[in-house]
Amino acid sequence: MMKDAANTALLTVRNLRTYFHTFSGTVRAVDGVSFEIGQGEVMGLVGESGGGKSVVGFSILGLIDSPGKIEGGEILLEGRDLVTAGEDHLRHVRGREISMVFQDPMTSLNPLHTVGRQMDEVLRLHSDLRADARHKACVDMLESVGISRAAERLKAYPHQFSGGMRQRVVIAIAMLANPKLIIADEPTTALDVTIQSQILKLMRAQIADKGASMILITHDLAVVSEMADHITVLYCGNVVERGATRDLIETPAHPYTRGLIDSIPDTSERLDRLSQIPGSVPDIRNLPQGCNFRDRCPRAQALCAQKEPPLTPQHNGLMAACHFPLHPGERL
Amino acid sequence: MFGYLIKRLIQMLLVLWVVSVIVFLMMSFTGDPVFMVVPIDATDAEIAQARRLLGLDQSLLVQYWKFLTSLLQGDFGRSYVFRQPAMTLILERMPATVEMVLVAMALAVVVAIPLGVYAGANPNSRLSRIIMASSLLGISLPGFWVGMVLIYLFAVHWGVFPSSGRGDTAEIFGLRVSLLTRDGWHHIALPAITLSLGTMAILLRMTRAGMMEVSRQDYMKFARAKGATRRDVLYKHGLKNALIPVVTIFGLQLGDLIAFATITETIFSWPGMGKLLIDSIYRADRPVIVVYLMLVALIFVVINFLVDIVYTLIDPRITLK
Repeated sequence: MMKDAANTALLTVRNLRTYFHTFSGTVRAVDGVSFEIGQGEVMGLVGESGGGKSVVGFSILGLIDSPGKIEGGEILLEGRDLVTAGEDHLRHVRGREISMVFQDPMTSLNPLHTVGRQMDEVLRLHSDLRADARHKACVDMLESVGISRAAERLKAYPHQFSGGMRQRVVIAIAMLANPKLIIADEPTTALDVTIQSQILKLMRAQIADKGASMILITHDLAVVSEMADHITVLYCGNVVERGATRDLIETPAHPYTRGLIDSIPDTSERLDRLSQIPGSVPDIRNLPQGCNFRDRCPRAQALCAQKEPPLTPQHNGLMAACHFPLHPGERL
Repeated sequence: MFGYLIKRLIQMLLVLWVVSVIVFLMMSFTGDPVFMVVPIDATDAEIAQARRLLGLDQSLLVQYWKFLTSLLQGDFGRSYVFRQPAMTLILERMPATVEMVLVAMALAVVVAIPLGVYAGANPNSRLSRIIMASSLLGISLPGFWVGMVLIYLFAVHWGVFPSSGRGDTAEIFGLRVSLLTRDGWHHIALPAITLSLGTMAILLRMTRAGMMEVSRQDYMKFARAKGATRRDVLYKHGLKNALIPVVTIFGLQLGDLIAFATITETIFSWPGMGKLLIDSIYRADRPVIVVYLMLVALIFVVINFLVDIVYTLIDPRITLK
């Protein structure tokens, strides 16, 4: 459900531009992205691989490494800009205000430190608790993500856990300091299908429990439609459409969103061919003039090659960047 | 663990036996030691007498058998030249070498690890380029040249360090150690620096390569996302993961320096065992050479064993089998 519109935003991203300056040219991975997340909201950030989703996540935490750089825009956390904030301030934001869950639990934990030590590190950094209180907090947290015999498991190393268990540990670490916002970067992509829904349920429960907000970065519209209050669709570093989850899934205005939705296999009907979006993401180093999606778009016309469509209001409160948007009920 | 120890022990005995055979064979081609011990004007009878005394009149096989049987009784043979037990000769000189090598290795680690971490974490900075260029010099400059330059600058030109000898020693647990006296440190400085440069450069480059590899790992970014300081991310999360190859090289270098610090010891007239080896080779003093090389093999086997144990301390996924 979309929360009250008057709700003041927890995080406001305005015109964020993150570029990577490589030998073969400048990659405009994120090029003018804006969105807002209210307190307690879940936002889905959706797009194909290479669409700049993860870069948005890392930009928010100030974890863009050379040759990447945030070139402009604002990232306001409760009104305070993180782009211009210094490393010291960002360190207090990371883990305490905003934490992150990575895609692959097999590689996001340090293989040489016990799970307990990696959890304890968060509390040592972000709380004044004494050692025994920290230990208790870690045990409680580990139990609340569904790991039994938690006190014992704290002494174990990551390689003694399965992939799903490790992702539970990662979630436990992310939730430990009661952050206001969790950025989950494809948190279930690397897991078995049977584990995926468990992890998603766990994350939803944790967030609801703590009243935290979440950015769920994924390419999987099925996942996001179950979890998110509203969705932002990225294509080539730009927002092409955003809106409340239900409206965006049922009546998308942008042909790209429609294509993504049609690519979800429908198990109720047997098809000879899976639906797909023709072509692939263009070379982001030298994007053509006009709409970035036009080469793959069945509705493209002469205008699309000349002018980049701005994000404009559509039906049902959706915003879409398209010269020839779809109307409700219209198919590609 | 017990099975591992047994396996290691058998391996060690095998290595020692092979070394003894090879050295025995090699030495039989390197000239007749008799002429090293008899006077220049010795008569044929005197030479034959000396040969009989040294047991050199018998076939190589018999000589080897005698060496092996007395070895098992704890007798490692006597030097032809010094007329003393070979083992005693070596052990007398060992503390001097070992202490110089330990100082050199400590120096190498203290300098190489922080610089390597820095260069690995900031591969494009100007300082990193300077560090890496210097490390190339450290690898390519020969020890004898560095030693002579150091002597010229610090001993001859500025006169701040002595150019040769071991200086005062103090006795502890029956060993003569120069690390307990001011004068001893004064004397050990130049040879230890000379000895450390090569190892320092190699360890630095290994650390850098490891850190560059590790920096790309997700858990490094995850540690930063937790809010850890840059220093903690590099040293607590990164370095430990980069350390396995560094420890391997450290072990090999340690053994190598203890066994073959010959050149540095010669330049600085350091009374260590490397100099004994060179002198013994000149004089075809086979008993000393055989025992020396077997001891070196033993040192390498023990160091490798310790390195294996250190692996398990660093990485919980490694077990001794």
